[in-house]
Amino acid sequence: MSSDTITQAVSAAAGGGPELLLDARNVTMQFGGLRAVNDVSLQVHTGEIVGLIGPNGAGKTTFFNCLTGLYKPTSGTVFFAGEPLPPQPRLVVRTGMARTFQNIRLFHNMTALENVMVGMYCRTKTNAIDAVFRLPRHRHEELASTERARELLAFVGLSGTENQLSRNLPYGDQRRLEIARALATDPRLLLLDEPTAGMNPQETRQAEELIFKIRDLGLAVLVIEHDMRFIFNLCDRVACLVRGEVLVEGVGDVVQNDPRVIEAYIGSPQTTPYEQPGPGSGKGASDA
Amino acid sequence: MDLFFQQLINGLSLGSLYALIAVGYTVVYGIVQLINFAHGEIFMIGAFGAYATWMVMGQPTDWSAPLSILVLLPVMIIGGIIASVAVALLTERWAYRPLRNAPRLAPLITAIGVSVFLQEFVRLFYGYIPGFPDAKSAIPFPSVPGISGETIQVGGVLIQMTAVFTLAALVVCWVFLWYYVNRTKTGRAMVATSQDPDTARLMGINVDKVIMAAFAVGAALAAIAGVAHGLRYGNIDFKMGFLAGLKAFTAAVLGGIGNINGAVVGGLVLGVAEAMATTFIPGQFGSSAWKDVWAFVLLILVLVFRPQGLLGAKVVDRA
Repeated sequence: MSSDTITQAVSAAAGGGPELLLDARNVTMQFGGLRAVNDVSLQVHTGEIVGLIGPNGAGKTTFFNCLTGLYKPTSGTVFFAGEPLPPQPRLVVRTGMARTFQNIRLFHNMTALENVMVGMYCRTKTNAIDAVFRLPRHRHEELASTERARELLAFVGLSGTENQLSRNLPYGDQRRLEIARALATDPRLLLLDEPTAGMNPQETRQAEELIFKIRDLGLAVLVIEHDMRFIFNLCDRVACLVRGEVLVEGVGDVVQNDPRVIEAYIGSPQTTPYEQPGPGSGKGASDA
Repeated sequence: MDLFFQQLINGLSLGSLYALIAVGYTVVYGIVQLINFAHGEIFMIGAFGAYATWMVMGQPTDWSAPLSILVLLPVMIIGGIIASVAVALLTERWAYRPLRNAPRLAPLITAIGVSVFLQEFVRLFYGYIPGFPDAKSAIPFPSVPGISGETIQVGGVLIQMTAVFTLAALVVCWVFLWYYVNRTKTGRAMVATSQDPDTARLMGINVDKVIMAAFAVGAALAAIAGVAHGLRYGNIDFKMGFLAGLKAFTAAVLGGIGNINGAVVGGLVLGVAEAMATTFIPGQFGSSAWKDVWAFVLLILVLVFRPQGLLGAKVVDRA
């Protein structure tokens, strides 16, 4: 009850237009003595593309894992559309949050179409009993799922690969298939973990267009990326995470020119020994 | 030549029995990477469950053949399936699930413990059910008119109806499984879970339910095998699951563990190999006492020359 009122108050304060979708409040994740994510708060509204940048090891993926229920935060709460997130990944996805992975995690021995259909699992209603007796309900739903899966593959530009095993697809196509599978869960917020890692410039541009297309469907997108040109082209807002803490959050220009961000990436003029820049700094730039 | 075909039929029916049990090993292994050594006992419980059903039905022995095949046998099979699925789900819930994240050796040893427990439980307590025979020695399995003892003559080959029943059961189960795994959402969830349980969770799949489904499917097929075993050999006893389970495990490894088609092919190959060995290997090495030796020699050969099994793909370690 109280959380609802707070959320409403916040969205009213934000102008009342776009709905506050993701509201992570003071999320902390501690592994033994290591505080991987420290007191991170982040909001994402509908129709918004938010970027999350930071050197390697800054805790970006850990933060994603906290959001999707793979990790249970040590402290802090994540609200999604005003409700606290359920504690299990399989329930989180039902609330409308889907993600992709930094290292692709498709079901490698299933076809592209089957991968997408697994994504629909949480939105279909027939159970094993319907299937065993081949009730019409089951047949209809299977047909509808197949049709929808084909549409999604076409949406991400993978028409014609339906029956290929996902492990045989080219790398860039695997990334797009992962996005199609995430979209199949019918999310309102899509979390993308380094969607252009290992892509060439042309593929990166295609990924950019795809993300805009997804935003135009009315989804919110939260994206982790190292490729700075990609991220500042794409995002309405960017948050920079360093050593588990949000250093700066704001529109692209502000973050880009913030001296602390520059320091985190390429070091200050006089680098102290323990403030080495992360090994991944500048990786995106050299890729691009 | 008749002898060859005779042994082929014998081998295929024996192999179907192995295959029906082997599917349970392979499905469970595919999803939780556990060799469920108690699966042989699930098979035994299926046979005892069918027997109990027959007792509850009033020990019908004088039913006509069509009535027996269409009513008595299906009811016995369903009784067996209920018993074995219930026990399999209980062991999953109380023995294996608490060890889901333990090192692999822990559930493996637990499985051996469960196996011993189930054997002894049946041995000690089956006779306490009022009117039931004591299970400390073999119990004669009820004969089903129209199947038990009946044979068909095809050329010079004598085919027992129990063999026909076993083979038919395997074919039906295989088709059903194929449909279930490839054409239903639950089946797809199962395949997805076997490949990457964490990602499956993120797709909204209830992994606990999928694991229970895997145990249940395996147990149901084992129960059918238990009935087939009872009809074929005419009696059941509390330790029948040990050797049968071991052979079925061999069949699953032979075909490539984790692969359903592999389990079926492995079972049939093992059955035929055993039948052929007892006929065509000369001297005392061909005696039936040696048939288990040849079965396990076959396993060793496959493990040496094709460790992934006949149909198994090379396993790539998960990242």
